[in-house]
Amino acid sequence: MTDATFSGAVPRQSLYAPDEGMRRRNAAEARFRLYGLIAVGIGLVALVLLLSSVLLNGASSFRQASLLLDVPLDAAVLDKAGDRDPEKMKRVTTIGYGKLLDTALKEMIASKGIVIEGLTDKDVSDMISKEAAALVRNRVLAHPDLVGQTVSFKVLANGRIDGYLKGRVSMESAARDSNVSPNQLRLADALREEGVLIKAFNWLFITAPDASELRPEAAGLGVAILGSAYMMIIVLVLSLPIGVAASVYLEEFAPKNRWTDLIEVNISNLAAVPSIVFGILGLAVFINFAGLPQSAPVVGGLVLTLMTLPTIIIATRAALKAVPPSIREAALGVGASKMQSILHHVLPLAMPGILTGAIIGLAQALGETAPLLLIGMVAFVRDYPGAPPEGFFDPASALPVQVYNWTQRADPAFVERASGAIIVLLIFLLIMNAVAIVLRRKFERRW
Amino acid sequence: MSISVLILIVLAIAVAGYVMARRRAMALTGGDRRKLHSLIGYYGQTVFLFASVPALLFLGAWLFVQPIVIESRVSSFITPADIPEGGSLDLVMSDVRRVAGGLDAVAAQDGLSEADLEAMRADFSNVRSRLASVGVALGSDVKPNVFEAAKVYRGALKTSRLAMVIAVIAASLAGLVLSYRRVSPEFRARNVFEGFLVALLIGASLVAVLTTFGIVGSLLFESIHFFQLYPARDFFFSLTWNPQFRGGSDLGIWPLLWGTLYVSFVALIFAVPVGMMIAIYLSEYASKRLRSVAKPAIEILAGIPTIVYGLFALITVGPFLRDYFAQPMGLGSSSSSVMTAGLVMGIMLIPFVSSLSDDIINAVPQSMRDGSFGLGATQSETVRQVILPAALPGIVGAILLAASRAIGETMIVVMGAGAAARLGLNPFEAMTTITVKIVSQLTGDTEFASPETLVAFALGMMLFIFTLGLNVIALVVVRKYREQYE
Repeated sequence: MTDATFSGAVPRQSLYAPDEGMRRRNAAEARFRLYGLIAVGIGLVALVLLLSSVLLNGASSFRQASLLLDVPLDAAVLDKAGDRDPEKMKRVTTIGYGKLLDTALKEMIASKGIVIEGLTDKDVSDMISKEAAALVRNRVLAHPDLVGQTVSFKVLANGRIDGYLKGRVSMESAARDSNVSPNQLRLADALREEGVLIKAFNWLFITAPDASELRPEAAGLGVAILGSAYMMIIVLVLSLPIGVAASVYLEEFAPKNRWTDLIEVNISNLAAVPSIVFGILGLAVFINFAGLPQSAPVVGGLVLTLMTLPTIIIATRAALKAVPPSIREAALGVGASKMQSILHHVLPLAMPGILTGAIIGLAQALGETAPLLLIGMVAFVRDYPGAPPEGFFDPASALPVQVYNWTQRADPAFVERASGAIIVLLIFLLIMNAVAIVLRRKFERRW
Repeated sequence: MSISVLILIVLAIAVAGYVMARRRAMALTGGDRRKLHSLIGYYGQTVFLFASVPALLFLGAWLFVQPIVIESRVSSFITPADIPEGGSLDLVMSDVRRVAGGLDAVAAQDGLSEADLEAMRADFSNVRSRLASVGVALGSDVKPNVFEAAKVYRGALKTSRLAMVIAVIAASLAGLVLSYRRVSPEFRARNVFEGFLVALLIGASLVAVLTTFGIVGSLLFESIHFFQLYPARDFFFSLTWNPQFRGGSDLGIWPLLWGTLYVSFVALIFAVPVGMMIAIYLSEYASKRLRSVAKPAIEILAGIPTIVYGLFALITVGPFLRDYFAQPMGLGSSSSSVMTAGLVMGIMLIPFVSSLSDDIINAVPQSMRDGSFGLGATQSETVRQVILPAALPGIVGAILLAASRAIGETMIVVMGAGAAARLGLNPFEAMTTITVKIVSQLTGDTEFASPETLVAFALGMMLFIFTLGLNVIALVVVRKYREQYE
């Protein structure tokens, strides 16, 4: 023990008055805080920009320009035999229906007294989407007794007219565009005033199949939603049992040895493998080797199952670990076997955690795009896949792939569609995550 | 008989086995359950498992092997002369499959019997037009050998289906009978049942191992295939990437590797400081209220699918960077560029870096902070001189993991970086990456067995090695240098 003797200089000023060094350090402190705040701000701004860019671009795709037309379904054109037999009526192609729609629109223009200089017949017939005739034809074939009556239809307007109502097409751009003329836009203005051209909620966007490059107004998400749903069913049915079984083994039964170590390292590595590599695996093994069909939900489902497995295994193991050992010991103490203690007590208690993990895994799988590109899901598919289980082998699309597909097309109307599709995708993800959060809140137990 | 019906039959047999086994156990003890070794349900469940699981596994294996066996048998019918110029055996075999499928439709439409089909000859009957009438369009007339092969294929498929149904039902019944005969009061049904379940659990945990084998196997197999067609030296050392439809392509990996590393570098330069500062601010400075809002909001970024980021790059960030930076500075006029993809990918990586760093910073014990404060350090000095050095191995690991994510990311670069393979420094120019080229080479129209398609597997191999390597290094760094606190 030595006596401390003070030998330094006596401070010349009060401790409360900061000296030069202290001021610098305080300034550095404030700067550091500011950097942190800026970083948080960048993160939040990025999130807001990301979501708002998608929402602003895509919200308009849920409303679509349509024409309200009274169409006289002339029996002489549509049903020459006169016996309302749908088989015979199928001989009338969409061209025949298209002409009916043309005349209906022309009569509508005449009856409303709209006169536009230089408006050609082609201009008028191009106001209506090429897809509209097919939709009317399907409706008439489904209800043959409509023939002979004058029925009011809501038919899709051309994509450019739709773009005009949404501000994507203007008079100047129309003058340069060979697909639309300024006269048509003037006609659109007039029809809108008369209440013939309306903007209404667009159910077709959610239910209709994809449409060709030239008909953005008719493109819908029906096949893609169905394909995604099929894949999610496959992922759920396969990855949940396999993932839970694997985790129960690794967590509760596995001896600690080299083999189980290998399995554990494997699972954590699989979680880090880029998703596109799973697509290569799917192409090489499921399509080329096992001969499964391309673009089929079954292949997509299998690939996504393998991708989701690590997520589910990791979540399930955490949930199993959270069940306290006293539960197991109590079960063993009253004479249950190890398997009984797990099946009857540990698993049911871990179930909320397992389901939460499974839903989050599913949500990841739903948004995954890259592996699906490689197994041929980019193909243009117009037919709805059949009912499962056979429908699992029919070609289909998937929501995120449909988004990618639409961004690759030239017409800017498809950008709006792609953003709209993303909104649909995000709504699904939101629902899934909300369910996961509710499950966790409601059933989570603290021991 | 369709496969779903077959599965239902197997399950019905198994359920019958369950009921029978329970009855038998009951009857053998004269209704006194206490004389049984196990609870009575275990007798039924054991028989159920033995009747269903082996049969279903057998069915799966059969379905997997069947096309391979049949194809190899049928392809012996095809002589080299049947393979058209520039085509391959694969294409001819797909014709065979389509003709075989079309024959079924023809038979159903025209009401032909098996004998009529057998008598049909490619050179007499007008096969092509008949097939076209049922919706099977063929590029050229059907060659006799192809037609014969199709008939054999069809026959083999039929016999194989029939054999499969018989074999699967037999397996199910055999499992039922064998396990049913063992049911007796002394039979240790619970132990057998639990043993069976453990075997199933082990099988499930092997799926992960099988997946890895599948990945490595398929990458290796097709890469070797590629290197037989294209010299490995050119792939690894050539500086040009220029695939051609008609052969003579330059497939050097360097431009792609450069693009990948450049984009990832830009992404990390953006994401690492931002992500780390977010983690530091939220764990050291932020009030509870800000933390409870900002943390989940940042984590939302991690839950957004990458296709959304891709679209964001394509319609918002790309045009913005082009109009306000690249064109005024005269650096380029392309909206897809290294900068676009890098920035958007950086946004994607922010939550990844910040949540990893958050865990690491929180793992540094409070006593170290208290010690530093006690010596008179300010909060930022504590962070910079005490916490960060202590957390450094973990942070390096996190950065390496983020780099591995960036290298393997696909959709953002497909939609944001462009497709031009180029070795350049200008960040506002379009460049391309390994993942972009994997997608474009495998979704293109080139024939599968050509080097232009197979190169995708070699690229996938490189990608797999890179990401795996980074992950392993990250793991080693964390394990080796982590400070142990109690």
